[in-house]
Amino acid sequence: MIYVAWVLIIFMIALSILAIELKNLIAAVVAMGAVSLIISVLFLLLQAPDVAMAEASIGAALTMIIYVIGVRQTERREE
Amino acid sequence: MIRKVVYSIFLAIIVLSLVLFFAAFPFGKNKMTVGKYYIDHGVQQTGAANIVTSVVLDYRGFDTLGEVSVLFAAAAGVGVLLHMIGERRERKVKVPPNFVVRVGSRIVFPFILLFGVYIFVHGHLTPGGGFQGGSIIASGFLLLYLAYPNYKLKRGGLAAIEGLAGLTFVTLGLYGLLTPKVSFLYNFLPMGVFNTLVSAGILPIIYVAIGFKVASEFAGIIDDMICDVMCRGGEK
Repeated sequence: MIYVAWVLIIFMIALSILAIELKNLIAAVVAMGAVSLIISVLFLLLQAPDVAMAEASIGAALTMIIYVIGVRQTERREE
Repeated sequence: MIRKVVYSIFLAIIVLSLVLFFAAFPFGKNKMTVGKYYIDHGVQQTGAANIVTSVVLDYRGFDTLGEVSVLFAAAAGVGVLLHMIGERRERKVKVPPNFVVRVGSRIVFPFILLFGVYIFVHGHLTPGGGFQGGSIIASGFLLLYLAYPNYKLKRGGLAAIEGLAGLTFVTLGLYGLLTPKVSFLYNFLPMGVFNTLVSAGILPIIYVAIGFKVASEFAGIIDDMICDVMCRGGEK
């Protein structure tokens, strides 16, 4: 179980760096949503299912769509 | 030069005080006694099988009322801010949603709704509760907004549901002041049989109210964001 958590944490750090570094902002938003999803799996591994559900539905779905709407109204690519 | 010396002295004082402060805590031991109290007494005192719910709604029920108010203020802020920009126009989409998205969302939507309702109705028995169930229902409405460009929620109905749910929460809390044990959000209903749907007194009622309130607030935010933002200046 602990190895699964390590793999997930390494993925999470890589995706967080991608979310900052990517020039295509829609891709950056998707990377950020994936970070939220991995955090919710980690919460489940830490036996906190209540927090995991809140993180999966709010962090990965609702926050992401608000960012997508924001990106659509401004520039899609970062200079 | 003097400035650097002063800075380093201040930095040393801050670091030293932080180290002394954190050294006072025992490392790797259980510092909290209140958590153990909840685990030992939560089931007998509140009758809820999910201890998280007994903490969120019973021991810390007043904090939850504050949390719901903060969410209401945020939703109201989004609405006010976006309605100040200008008048609403028809929503235009560049690429209409294809057949699979339209039919798939129509099939999946009732199940998302059912899942959200299940989560907040069973909040005192299984993991989950009003906030989680409400946000799942709101994400179901989001799916409808994405699949049908001219789908529109009735904002008057949303506001009515939200107001009624908030009123239910506050009224139940105030009724606790009228009971012999004068305290806000006192659990005045009978406990019922442990681990059944009708148990734990007022906790399921409050969680259903929170579920409706959160769902209508998030659906309102989605409606504001998609309809108001995408309709204005959408010709970019």
